[in-house]
Amino acid sequence: MSRAVTTRRKTINTVLAWGIGILIFFPILWTILTSFKTEAQAINDPPLFLFFDWTLENYAVVQERSDYMRFLWNSVIIAGGSTLIGVIIAIPAAWSMAFVPSKRTKDILLWMLSTKMLPAVGVLYPIYLIFIELGLLDTRTGLVVVIMLINLPIIVWMLYTYFKEIPGEILEAARMDGASLREEIIYVLTPMAVPGIASTILLNFILAWNEAFWTLNLTAAQAAPLTAFIASYSSPEGLFYAKLSAASTMAIAPILILGWFSQKQLVRGLTFGAVK
Amino acid sequence: MATQHSRSAARLMMAPAVILLLGWMLIPLVMTLWFSFRRFLPNRPDIVPGWVGFDNYVRFVTSSAFWPSVQTTLIIVGGALLITIVLGVLLALLLDQPMWGQGVVRILVIAPFFVMPTVSALVWKNIFMDPVNGLFAHLWRAFGAEPVVWLSDAPIFSIILIVSWQWLPFATLILLTAIQSLDSEQLEASEMDGAPPLSRFFYIILPHLSRAITIVILIQTIFLLSVFAEIFVTTGGAFGTRTLTYLIFQRVLESQNVGLGSAGGVYAIILANIVAVFLMRIVGKNLDA
Amino acid sequence: MYLRNALCAATALTVLGTTGAIAETITIATVNNGDMIRMQGLTDDFTAKTGHKVEWVTLEENVLRQRVTTDITTKGGQFDILTIGMYETPIWGANGWLIPLDDLSESYDVGDILPAMAGGLSYDGTLYAAPFYGESSMIMYRTDLMEKAGMEMPEAPSWEFIRKAAAAMTDRDNDVNGICLRGKAGWGEGGAFITAMSNSFGARWFDMDWNAQFDTKPWADTLNFFVGMMNESGPSGYATNGFNENLSLFQQGKCGMWIDATVAASFVTNPKDSTVADSVGFALAPDNGLGKRSNWLWAWALAIPAGTAKEAAAKQFIEWATSKDYIELVAEKEGWANVPPGARTSLYENPNYQAVPFAKMTLESILTADPNKPTVEPVPYVGVQFAAIPEFAGIATEVSQEFSAVYAGQQTVEEALAKAQAITNDAMEAAGYR
Repeated sequence: MSRAVTTRRKTINTVLAWGIGILIFFPILWTILTSFKTEAQAINDPPLFLFFDWTLENYAVVQERSDYMRFLWNSVIIAGGSTLIGVIIAIPAAWSMAFVPSKRTKDILLWMLSTKMLPAVGVLYPIYLIFIELGLLDTRTGLVVVIMLINLPIIVWMLYTYFKEIPGEILEAARMDGASLREEIIYVLTPMAVPGIASTILLNFILAWNEAFWTLNLTAAQAAPLTAFIASYSSPEGLFYAKLSAASTMAIAPILILGWFSQKQLVRGLTFGAVK
Repeated sequence: MATQHSRSAARLMMAPAVILLLGWMLIPLVMTLWFSFRRFLPNRPDIVPGWVGFDNYVRFVTSSAFWPSVQTTLIIVGGALLITIVLGVLLALLLDQPMWGQGVVRILVIAPFFVMPTVSALVWKNIFMDPVNGLFAHLWRAFGAEPVVWLSDAPIFSIILIVSWQWLPFATLILLTAIQSLDSEQLEASEMDGAPPLSRFFYIILPHLSRAITIVILIQTIFLLSVFAEIFVTTGGAFGTRTLTYLIFQRVLESQNVGLGSAGGVYAIILANIVAVFLMRIVGKNLDA
Repeated sequence: MYLRNALCAATALTVLGTTGAIAETITIATVNNGDMIRMQGLTDDFTAKTGHKVEWVTLEENVLRQRVTTDITTKGGQFDILTIGMYETPIWGANGWLIPLDDLSESYDVGDILPAMAGGLSYDGTLYAAPFYGESSMIMYRTDLMEKAGMEMPEAPSWEFIRKAAAAMTDRDNDVNGICLRGKAGWGEGGAFITAMSNSFGARWFDMDWNAQFDTKPWADTLNFFVGMMNESGPSGYATNGFNENLSLFQQGKCGMWIDATVAASFVTNPKDSTVADSVGFALAPDNGLGKRSNWLWAWALAIPAGTAKEAAAKQFIEWATSKDYIELVAEKEGWANVPPGARTSLYENPNYQAVPFAKMTLESILTADPNKPTVEPVPYVGVQFAAIPEFAGIATEVSQEFSAVYAGQQTVEEALAKAQAITNDAMEAAGYR
């Protein structure tokens, strides 16, 4: 009897969870479907779900208008570069906060987070002027630096929470064996923290990929990533749902696929110290 | 455990991150402060920039748009937090139950987090909320109802909806991890005791989640305070959706009054810090535990 | 083998030498409007002719404006050519931020540019931007629905007639709205429409001392008339409709009349996108018998920011994109109805173009708009649907947001006008006009 109840409960859970999951995913699904319709089919009433003439025309139009690969490549470089550099800078900082905490550690951590609260628009002019001075406008270098700085607090915070979960005795033992600080970090700490670091990298890669204020304002043609690509499709003349959907699908597809493949790693580490 | 040696090493290792962030905070901050006391109109080269004392501050705060914008900011941040946390807890509880295809459901639920804000705003605005061709309009008409003009009839709700859709996955994931860490023996024990599900939730699960919830609040608040693309794309600040961030954007970029906008930036920093101190108090307490 | 390579290289050098210039790559910032996207597609023709390559930065209008403005005010130098309008050109020209286009080649024939366009894109008699296309606004209406309503559209109707016709054409059961107009916030969207409309009601933005005039009766009349008519015969949710939303409504046959940019005429008569292509008529924008009609004047134009290192190549591009040859090139590929309109006199003298149904009405609309004397009462500013002062864009965007809130039923006309008055006077005071 007990078994019957659990099966019934499991069925209900499954139906409910799938229903909600599909509901949440639906906007993305609908966008992807719309991208394969003609403009007229895209606004058809009643809406066409699956039975329409699938076409790749919109993708061809979008590709013809803008060199997708270049935007994609810029996105990869900017998101990847900023995340990697951020992690390299953050690991030592997070290490020292986790293992050599002082009275001020927490204040420093919270202060770091508070730097994220500066409204970006408020400092656009200063940053723009600095970028002109340094010749960084429309360069990937400039954007890598800015995006890295924006995400650095989150990276430090995440790494700190993972490192804190690693028992200090292990490091102590390594130290007894004569490991230097550098060796301690590279050979002992980092391997143990790999899931956490992977999760940090993934989350910040996503955040950097989706950053749309600085990437749009500090680039023109050379360094423009996918966020700039989508800005040229926002409201063109005439019917545009299908083309907008195609451009949107192209902009989110890489990160969506990456996210899905790596979701186990992402989820495993995504705790921000919420779990003790 | 910590020796003098490791202490100085620690300081050294923290230095790059701290110095970089200090620079990233101070340089723009100092420049913003500098501008905020000056008359600085980039598109009026005929007006010589000069010191104007607190004029910009007074003008910004006495403008009829100021207090409504603070209010809108708090409503949007608060609304999105409330929705993502309530739904996030429920969803996390559901996903924690045994079911078939849990992995796939998780993939579906997590997806909105990967969508860039501009794209999600564009898609929601046009493909869903458009009063004529949007999917909602089709749906409403199918049931014989007059389509809702989402962005002018319920503008703030629409923006909260879009933002919540983006952040629900984040909240759900963190809360799910927290629930999964809950000692199942503890739960089973309470089940044996015959505690009803509701009280089990309020006395065991929710307290256990408190730490995760505060962290969700902290991280999301940081991102929600700077929500911009969602408003820019959908209403352009019309219909009472102008947040403080958006008001500053209008002053700096649309009106090209950098002095005034910078003063607004300083107010936004103050507001953010009030919120931050408030949050840090809670989170800080939870971090010690 | 080596020799052959060397020869090849030598030939290549000579070829370069004879064309007389180094091939450059110029960066152009432009709007994502249909005509510009077509220009983007034809870039190869330019590259083949001059050897210069082009990098496009195509952005949505509002994003483009901010990007370009930030760049020019800070002298960022990210672009070699900017796509700007009649609003920015005289202001930026006066500030010395644009390179004067006073040495264009003979064959380009500057004198052929429509005087109304050249005038709006000049400062102090010097041309600072070359019009890519020019527009006014006019009525586009459904001839079949007009007939069904038993009415006939005069060539130059009054607002009263339009309101009556709109009510007669409205058929809510069949999803037909008598009239579709812009209500979307933004100075270039609903703001431009209501300002142009207010001119025909005798309203103005400022008096001669730069005092805001929203507390005057003509403004109240304009807004009350607009809101009344749209509530009777407009589409639901018109408070969020801009040019693009209305275009798509009209193309789907959901509007009886639409008063908007003359360039839309080619979109609504294009059978590829429009379901009503063969039943569209045109008329001048309405008036109230006060001597001013409600049509605006605008041009999207190409300008070169001062300080670019690629001035020569940029000029070559402008000469190419705004030339008579370019118009021919588009006509050849896409037909005469799709060439960029409103920029050149010769286009309207061309019999091929005269056969296009909307050509005559477009030209007439352009010719009746007078940016130097836009209103019934005198004003200290130039511009029909805008006032060409740097502060206008910011002010008008906020004011139009207040108006859109009226259209959405969130406040009354009186409340909106009072707020508009305060916003405008406050900003003008901050900018030192008052």
